[in-house]
Amino acid sequence: MTPELTFRTGLKDVLPTVFGYIGVGLAFGIVAHTSHLSLLMVAGLSFVVYAGSAQFIITSMLLAGNPLSAIFFSTFLVNSRMILMSTSLAQYFRHESLGKNLLLGALVTDETFALAMNKQNVTGGRLSFAWQNAANLVAYLVWGVSTVVGAILGGLIANPEQFGFDFALTAMFIGLVYLQLISDKHLGLTLQLLVMGFVALLYYLTLRVLDANLALLVATIGGCLFGMEVKKCHLH
Amino acid sequence: MSFTLTDLWVILGCGAVTLLSRVFPFALLKKFQLPAGVIDFLTFVPIAIMTALCCQSLLVVHPGHWATLNLANCLAAIPATLAGILTKSLLAVVVVGIMAMALIRYFQWG
Repeated sequence: MTPELTFRTGLKDVLPTVFGYIGVGLAFGIVAHTSHLSLLMVAGLSFVVYAGSAQFIITSMLLAGNPLSAIFFSTFLVNSRMILMSTSLAQYFRHESLGKNLLLGALVTDETFALAMNKQNVTGGRLSFAWQNAANLVAYLVWGVSTVVGAILGGLIANPEQFGFDFALTAMFIGLVYLQLISDKHLGLTLQLLVMGFVALLYYLTLRVLDANLALLVATIGGCLFGMEVKKCHLH
Repeated sequence: MSFTLTDLWVILGCGAVTLLSRVFPFALLKKFQLPAGVIDFLTFVPIAIMTALCCQSLLVVHPGHWATLNLANCLAAIPATLAGILTKSLLAVVVVGIMAMALIRYFQWG
């Protein structure tokens, strides 16, 4: 990753994450097809809702005949982490116009957020609208097209998992967390490792009593508070 | 397999919920400056959230009981992590991870 922040660099930087989108997008399309969703519904979910994990949950809840209110609430729960990510990311674009901020915000994902956080580690804490917009747009289009192609292929491929594509998403997060770990000079390696250990432990513990999405949120917030405390103790 | 009225409501409702979660902080921060404590908190969000997302895919949930390891994912995570350490390239991690998972599935190790 270079410190350059142009639209072209954005296109180049987002490329590795595209594999994750294609793998999971195809998988979603196939699942949606076998769950009897129409092609229009698949496209609608991907291009309007645009929320990877929430789309899987919506599909299974529709299949199980859950009420609309429950589907809305689950979607909010799964996506509530976006409030945290958007709040973090928005700080880099305060000087941009409201319209540009809304456009960037509308297309933020786990992956483009994580990518941006990696990027600002090599640019000395700067991001640009052009760069972020390029990453967002590529992610959005690749995701939408992959899910629709998946839905069309749905009848042809019985078991896409045998090719290992479903692991692309996990691999991507492993890569992103590792790059974050070694490149965030502001927090440093030790503090980040401590936070990681705390998050993993808290997530494991809360998973026993809470829904997985709530546990994710609790572990994240807990990890941030823990990090703040450790940093404070270290400074004094 | 047809598009129903329920489908339309799901798209509109879930779309609105998701859009608001994403856009609201951007609109708010355009107007207001965050207190130093919140900014300090937010510096930990990337590492915390990415760790939690990794854990989510490495564990299998059993409601009311302790979660267990997703063995296949954990096994594939080893070469993927090594690829990251050796190359520092996201693309290498993803490609090695997918190939490792294809092998694990083929030999049914997971």
